[in-house]
Amino acid sequence: MSQTELTPLGRNTGDRPRARSRNSTKNWLQVAGILPILLLICILFTFLSPSFLTPGNLVNIARQASINIVLATGMTFVILTGGIDLSVGSILGVSAVITVLVSLLPALSWAAIPVGLLAGLLMGLANGALIAFLDLPPFIVTLGALTAWRGAAYLVANGTTVINRDLGYAWIGNEYLGPLPWLVVIALLAIAASWFVLRRTVLGVQIYAVGGNQRAARLTGIKVDRVLLFVYGVSGLLAGLAGIMSSSRLYSATGMLGNGYELDAIAAVILGGTSFTGGIGTMPGTLLGALIIAVLNNGLTLLNMSYFWQLVVKGLVIIVAVTIDRLRRRGSR
Amino acid sequence: MTTDLESSAPDASIATPVLEMRGITKRFSGVPALQNVNLTVYPGEVHALMGENGAGKSTLMKILAGAYIADEGEIRINGEPVDIADPGRARRAGITLIYQELNVAPNLTVTENIFMGSELRRGQLLDRAQMEEQAAAVLASLGADFAPNDVVSNLSIAEQQQLEIARALKDKSRILVMDEPTAALSDRETERLFEVIRKLRRDGIAIIYISHRMEEVYALADRISVLRDGEYIGSLTRDEIAADRLVQMMVGRSVGDFYEHHRQMSVGEPVLVVRNISDGRKVQPTSLTLCAGEIVGLSGLVGAGRTELSRLIFGADPKTSGEVILNGKTLDIKSPGDAIAAGIGYVPEDRKDQGLFLEMSAGKNIALNSLRQDAKAGVINFGTIGKIATDAVRDFNIRLANLEIRAMDLSGGNQQKLLLARWLAIKPRVLLLDEPTRGVDIGAKSEIYRIISDLATQGVAILMVSSELPEIVGLSDRVLVMREGELVGELGGTTGTAITQENIMAYATGASEVNRS
Repeated sequence: MSQTELTPLGRNTGDRPRARSRNSTKNWLQVAGILPILLLICILFTFLSPSFLTPGNLVNIARQASINIVLATGMTFVILTGGIDLSVGSILGVSAVITVLVSLLPALSWAAIPVGLLAGLLMGLANGALIAFLDLPPFIVTLGALTAWRGAAYLVANGTTVINRDLGYAWIGNEYLGPLPWLVVIALLAIAASWFVLRRTVLGVQIYAVGGNQRAARLTGIKVDRVLLFVYGVSGLLAGLAGIMSSSRLYSATGMLGNGYELDAIAAVILGGTSFTGGIGTMPGTLLGALIIAVLNNGLTLLNMSYFWQLVVKGLVIIVAVTIDRLRRRGSR
Repeated sequence: MTTDLESSAPDASIATPVLEMRGITKRFSGVPALQNVNLTVYPGEVHALMGENGAGKSTLMKILAGAYIADEGEIRINGEPVDIADPGRARRAGITLIYQELNVAPNLTVTENIFMGSELRRGQLLDRAQMEEQAAAVLASLGADFAPNDVVSNLSIAEQQQLEIARALKDKSRILVMDEPTAALSDRETERLFEVIRKLRRDGIAIIYISHRMEEVYALADRISVLRDGEYIGSLTRDEIAADRLVQMMVGRSVGDFYEHHRQMSVGEPVLVVRNISDGRKVQPTSLTLCAGEIVGLSGLVGAGRTELSRLIFGADPKTSGEVILNGKTLDIKSPGDAIAAGIGYVPEDRKDQGLFLEMSAGKNIALNSLRQDAKAGVINFGTIGKIATDAVRDFNIRLANLEIRAMDLSGGNQQKLLLARWLAIKPRVLLLDEPTRGVDIGAKSEIYRIISDLATQGVAILMVSSELPEIVGLSDRVLVMREGELVGELGGTTGTAITQENIMAYATGASEVNRS
């Protein structure tokens, strides 16, 4: 397995300029990882559909990708520690319903966004506490959470669609900052902030350390519990944010909002080159992974392919892309 | 002093050896682990195989079991040369190894375990009745107290061991190798096992018995063969066994200048005091003191509890009793983080499994413990971190192309230096080292010894666990010896007992007590 880290340590060693430049090329290739595949798919769609490569459609793709990018960002933290979070779709649903409900209360409508974020954070921390302190397997904890929070979302929504035609935060889902939809801006901010945490903070190194070798991390004095609590907490928080984004676009939320989203988020992370066993991966990779999925969704729809066939193609592309990536890395060893 | 007694071994004139290993040589990436080793075993004898940790006993037995293939040499079973290329062939040749870590499937029944891989069938279906009948017969012949239908996870360790013996009997094994079989057994269980072994001996089965415990060897062995540093030293019969002679055969070599680092002895005030620390399982309540500038060797055989004791001090495992006092202040160590904050460092035994982050860059591996002190609001200060790493690479002579190289791409010696560098970057007052030179080439070893000596000179108190006696003897100012979870001896310092390999081994194996009694 090859390393996909950008290791900024070298830039201060100074006395090895050659080593540094060779390394940055190598790192670029590693981060680029899946980029050739994204470009290939884009070129293919450009030829097949005249409406694919238009500014309007590209913005559209970015908007469609935005919610998955936010979920996948949180998922990257979790998978870097060697875990998994299956509950993000359900957390998104609960947060979305709660946010819309709070926005309907005249006195508290200002609190809709904070409450939605807090709900997501708390649900994520609950996962993290079970995994960190009771040492339960992440797959099982979050599988349970997936089911339980889905039920909770239906319960909170009372089985109906909660609608607010006068949604205070509708700008998030429908307005633009310059040429970019706010949804896209938020997604990029999430990626950038997460990139900063992973690359530039002690916590980020500790996340890689916990995923790379948990026993060694403990013996190095890293509070593994806190790191795990953080990553699941962030995953929940970002799922909450994604819930706010979804509901603002729709002016509403239902108990089934976000159903199955966890799978696209996981797919984006894996496409982006993050190791499923932890310790290896990058945020830019995840961004590319999420874009591939969005481009496929968009392009196949433009080609009028039936939804059923879209699923088949999407699944195959994920497997093929990861296979190519693996083979290429093995070749470069 | 070396006696080759094959000609006068019991029944040797009439019996053909069931096993002859001749001129066995095995190298691991060029480093010889066994050189021209001979072993002759007769039917119906208990043959003890002895030697220090790392003498080559396990390697020899793994060759016999087909887990390794010898580079040179010949194996004969009942006088016929055999080619043991894989474990299956060893099994068919009538050889069974019972490892210390038992090899059973805990969720299956006794019968299923005995017949695993050689299930009886009637047509396409399993013949459970037949298998159970045979299992019951074998168990009865061993005098086992458990039934063929019992689930293995409900059995005690001793019973699981009997199960493995039963499996060997079912396979009609003629050679049974037991590696430290009593390590996890109580006294009564040990006695039961001895009865079984004596019964097997009467039935003509040859038993190769690996143990460090003198009293067991006295109780059981008909003959003893000794290995040292991968070489065959000699064999003794039962009558010739005298503890001091055996110990001499096991360690007999001189300590070269290699280990001498002529350090100015300047042992200071006590820094670390450990009182009655225990984990309630492996480590009996233990007390020890480390002084500033002192290297204390912690010796003992594998499994004596050395690693457990050092992990306990470091807070890596929960302690059930005892206290750790640093510079007169009682510490509340609940986790390694607490120990580190107090200034205690720990370099674990298995660097790949417990120490390094193999996918991470060498630079980050070095700087990992320093990240926090130099960070501002959690943001890493790459300037100072880079300097720490660069300095460490220079000071410790770590050979790497650049700091970005992954830890996994470095040699064992450089990896070990990387780990030492990580700890030294936080300037510890106490450093616990567990097997600091395991799997490290001779050049790097010498450099690591220099680093350890330099640290002591700078006033760091060092506790060094090592299975290499020359290393302990060469580096330590004082040596503590553990046996079965207890500190049983102290050498050097003010004790008046000289630090010699013989004295250490006498404590470690319990031979000193045997001699006295």
